[in-house]
Amino acid sequence: MKWETVFKRVLWIMSAILLVLVIGILVTLIVQSMPSIKSLGIKFLWGKIWDPVNNIYGAYPFLIGTILTSFTALIISIPFSYAIAIYLGEYNPKGWLSNLLKNTIELIAAVPSVIYGFWGLSVLVPVIRSFEAKIGVAPYGVGVFTSSLVLAVMIIPYAASLGTSLIRMVPSPLKEGAYALGATRFEVIRSVILPYTRSGLFAGILLSLGRALGETMAVAMLIGNTSAIAHSIKDAFFGPGNTMASVIANEFTEADHTVYLSALIELGLVLFVVTVIINLIGKKIITKYTNN
Amino acid sequence: MEHSVISASNFNAWFGDNHAVKDVSIKIEKNQVIAVMGPSGCGKTTFLRCINRMHELVPGARTEGMLKLYADDIYTMNPIYVRYKIGMVFQRPNPFPNLSIYDNVVAGYKLNGLKIPKVEMDHIVEKSLTSAALWNEVKDSLHKKGTFLSGGQQQRLCIARAIAMEPEVILFDEPTSALDPISTSSIEALFHELKANYTLIIVTHNMQQAARVSDKTAFFYLGELVEFDNTRQMFTAPKDKRTQNYITGRFS
Repeated sequence: MKWETVFKRVLWIMSAILLVLVIGILVTLIVQSMPSIKSLGIKFLWGKIWDPVNNIYGAYPFLIGTILTSFTALIISIPFSYAIAIYLGEYNPKGWLSNLLKNTIELIAAVPSVIYGFWGLSVLVPVIRSFEAKIGVAPYGVGVFTSSLVLAVMIIPYAASLGTSLIRMVPSPLKEGAYALGATRFEVIRSVILPYTRSGLFAGILLSLGRALGETMAVAMLIGNTSAIAHSIKDAFFGPGNTMASVIANEFTEADHTVYLSALIELGLVLFVVTVIINLIGKKIITKYTNN
Repeated sequence: MEHSVISASNFNAWFGDNHAVKDVSIKIEKNQVIAVMGPSGCGKTTFLRCINRMHELVPGARTEGMLKLYADDIYTMNPIYVRYKIGMVFQRPNPFPNLSIYDNVVAGYKLNGLKIPKVEMDHIVEKSLTSAALWNEVKDSLHKKGTFLSGGQQQRLCIARAIAMEPEVILFDEPTSALDPISTSSIEALFHELKANYTLIIVTHNMQQAARVSDKTAFFYLGELVEFDNTRQMFTAPKDKRTQNYITGRFS
């Protein structure tokens, strides 16, 4: 065989291995979830009680925990992501300050999540604890809200850096057209830049959401790990909870029989499918957007 | 004196260290079509962009000297107001892709948050599109997106957008260089009609176009205003050697 052909095949095989790997992971998750799917059925998803001691498994507390932490984090992060994207994309796209900020923000995504967990425990938890004491909820310190705050910081870079690139790509004739009609900079941003980049910015938020849903280590360290459903909205928000990812991380080593282990893996399967879908939608929007 | 809509005296402009417009003095009279021509990089577009203060949006841009709209110093006026009074049409048609034809025409009002009754708005849209010779082609699709129009129609939409603000002067930066010959001639025909109400300053690469459409022509070379005279005079008997060389195609 010619060297050209060999080289090309090697490249192809290396790439194909990754595809096989991802499919393999999905298959493993499905196979290992089977005992749980068989014995618990679809009602597993909305079962309100998770009590491994009595062999009762319901995913509802974790679905709620995941949605609550992720969306709270998302809501906190969006103003920051948008502000950064507009500042670095439009106001200060070049120069050392702009580069420093952009690199720092991208660094936020590179910090290992266990470090965020540590930071949250040693800095944020005491602050939140005294805050909780003041507003009259049980001062755990750890909990859904604390996790959301740390998650918010962790997911800012995704939407911010995509948003920055997209805003820099807005054609300058469009902006000039608006300036020439007497628009101020704020009006150009509001009426030209944001409508033009709207779908791309939304895709950035989806990528952030995908990241928030699956984040494990920092959340496992900060959420307080309780599988009981809170009695009030206030407790659900400030009290301890669990997400799909954190319950897997915390209970995987303790899962001592088949259905317990399988139920955790099924949670992983749900998480996998949901994050894949969210990422696919996000990527699809970005591709559509950048092709125009 | 008050016949001059735009007048410059010893006007200079820079991009960083690049001295793009050098000591330009010119008086432009009302309701005339002025062609500004010259080789690439001669400062003609920069000069045009100084008139409505678009030049200063570029980082590192700087100006010096006097530029007036009637008796008012453009550089002490509010730049927003300057751009209301001095409209601009760009090289490539740039209608706002997210807006309908209707909203594109009144974009200047909407962008600035000016509230105008619907009836009056409808009137402005019809009048501006009619003046831009586009009304008959688009009157049944006013609420469709402007980006579905042909290049020439888009450019006329951009002209309507400028007219809608009722400016004194409209600046054109090589307005037909991205258009086909038929669209070009329809825009050129439009210039003759527009000059009844507005003063037009047109930067062009195309000497034939300058000769066809303008009353007066300004010739820029290496940042200087070499000659400014009646177009016919300029193209038949230019006073400056450099103008003559340019017109006869000895450099471009």
